[in-house]
Amino acid sequence: MLSTILSGDMPRSRILAALLIAILICLAFAPFIFPGVRSVDTAARICIFIVLVASYDLMLGYGGIVSFAHTMFFGLGAYGVALACTHMGRGFDALLVGSIGGAALAAVLAFLIGLFSLRVRAIFFAMITLAVASAVAVLVSQMSGITGGEDGLNYKIPRELTPAFKFADEKIMGVRMNGKLLNYYLIFTCSLLLFLFMLRVVHSPFGRVLLAIRENDFRAESIGYRVVHYRVAATCMSAAVAALAGALYAIWLRYVGPDTSLSMEVMIDILLMVVIGGMGTMYGAVIGATLFVLAQNYLQGLMGAASEAVEGLPILPELLSADRWLLWLGVLFILSVYFFPTGIVGRLREGKKT
Amino acid sequence: MSHPILKTQDLTVRFGGHVAVDHISCTFNAGELTAIVGPNGAGKTTYFNLISGQIPSSEGSVALNDRDITRMSVAQRTHLGIGRAFQLTNLFPNLSVLENIRLVIQSKAGRGFNMFSMATSHDDLTRPAMEVVERVRLADQADQVVAELSHGNQRKLEVALLIALDPLVYMFDEPTAGMSVDEAPVVLDLIAELKHRKDRSILLVEHKMDVIRTLADRIIVLHNGALAADGDPATVMASDVVQEAYMGKELEDV
Ligand SMILES: Nc1ncnc2c1ncn2[C@@H]1O[C@H](COP(=O)(O)OP(=O)(O)OP(=O)(O)O)[C@@H](O)[C@H]1O
Ligand SMILES: [Mg+2]
Repeated sequence: MLSTILSGDMPRSRILAALLIAILICLAFAPFIFPGVRSVDTAARICIFIVLVASYDLMLGYGGIVSFAHTMFFGLGAYGVALACTHMGRGFDALLVGSIGGAALAAVLAFLIGLFSLRVRAIFFAMITLAVASAVAVLVSQMSGITGGEDGLNYKIPRELTPAFKFADEKIMGVRMNGKLLNYYLIFTCSLLLFLFMLRVVHSPFGRVLLAIRENDFRAESIGYRVVHYRVAATCMSAAVAALAGALYAIWLRYVGPDTSLSMEVMIDILLMVVIGGMGTMYGAVIGATLFVLAQNYLQGLMGAASEAVEGLPILPELLSADRWLLWLGVLFILSVYFFPTGIVGRLREGKKT
Repeated sequence: MSHPILKTQDLTVRFGGHVAVDHISCTFNAGELTAIVGPNGAGKTTYFNLISGQIPSSEGSVALNDRDITRMSVAQRTHLGIGRAFQLTNLFPNLSVLENIRLVIQSKAGRGFNMFSMATSHDDLTRPAMEVVERVRLADQADQVVAELSHGNQRKLEVALLIALDPLVYMFDEPTAGMSVDEAPVVLDLIAELKHRKDRSILLVEHKMDVIRTLADRIIVLHNGALAADGDPATVMASDVVQEAYMGKELEDV
């Protein structure tokens, strides 16, 4: 039963299993375990980034395809929801149309980019994605009449998903039964389903072909797999899932802008999360995204506190100052790549048969 | 009884000014094992590459059962019945032995785009894969990762992939190269078994004389990319071309 849900991909490491269960429980009960706007917001981001990073890993870790356009696909979903909500008005139909429209557009765009460039060489694909992603980012910030430009868009989502909506008067464990809670569980459920969907895809016959292509594309072609077709298909699926993650992000934030969903910075974050967690394993996305988003949100505060604690000592307060958090994140990243070249999950599973 | 399956007509490829395969016209029949011999650099592997589509030809054509396949992709040719094992081992190193073979069976069944079921749930693919694993005597290593196999076992798996594919035209490129004396017979027995399949044609590039003597129904000799001799083993071996240009020098009587 569990094995079917996980598509046969058991954690195969006690520590990994414990970590995954802990993350699942924390995310499933986040509003009750960690009440507070900020922590629930962090939990929602973790859910969304797990999906986003997993979809990127489908392409990179399984397909062996390097893309710099993943935030663009993410952004297409986010802007899809934003535009649908702006023009269709408040309603679940707008959310649905926006998400599906964004995902479809992302898949079509991925198909076109893939068809033109995956035929040639993998490095060419990487460069094309970089060019297209930059072009789209510029386009979005310039077409401010439609996209809101640099300011982005604010819009209304269905009332049932906002704090203004109360579906029960009494609090449970001190938590208000409002639309924000429903919104969180919408994000959590969709993310979980999307993640399990991708877990299934990578363990399907199709996923095995991707592995074969990553291992040896020459031989894969020679035993009868049209490598280009499979790479394009993987790219399309990855793009569509990234767009759905973007749609969830837009539903959660009720705002989209170039910074949150299109920027190169987000792209680099995704790369870091994949590498830290471990490429070529979906669980790597879970660990990578969780650690990274936590660090992003709390490292700064933690360091501020540490800096105050060592006040009076030489240099240390300077080094630990909250403004240096990016530096320390960089150091953590280098250390993790150095000590776990196969990512945290790769390390935890070491010596265990795949 | 034995009808032509594969035909190359004036098949040629040039690398810069160098003609690696020079207007080879040859027909291969069903139920026939043709040994392809020639010194190093004669163009044997390149001739194979042209037939299976790894490199495009400069001139000439390849036809499989009277169908022109000259412009088709490697994968298309594979589905039509051209199968190839490589001179240099060419496997999926981080997958298990069974998975390597299962991938071939899955390709043949056309199930590569099945995205929503578990690969392990397709018993009708796993079972025949396991049968091939047993046939090539790798059952004990079935779950082992290929990179951990001995060189001899990797060569065996190389041949096993082709056997799993079961194409109309089997192309073996020095299948026993680098295998120990006690490992080679397993592979040679497998090839000998294939000879019973009267509707298949086997092409075998091989340097070892005794192997050719026991297996070949016909020998063709390549020299500087061109077809230098073609005929039944006894005649070809006795011919002047082979004696002068080739024998004693390259063919090892092991
Ligand atoms: N892609 C290529 N580009 C340029 N030259 C090539 C290429 N492939 C093969 N050649 C040349 O074509 C000639 C034939 O090589 P080929 O590998 O077909 O020989 P072979 O008969 O298989 O030799 P061996 O017995 O050593 O395997 C060689 O001179 C080789 O250098
Ligand atoms: Mg050769």
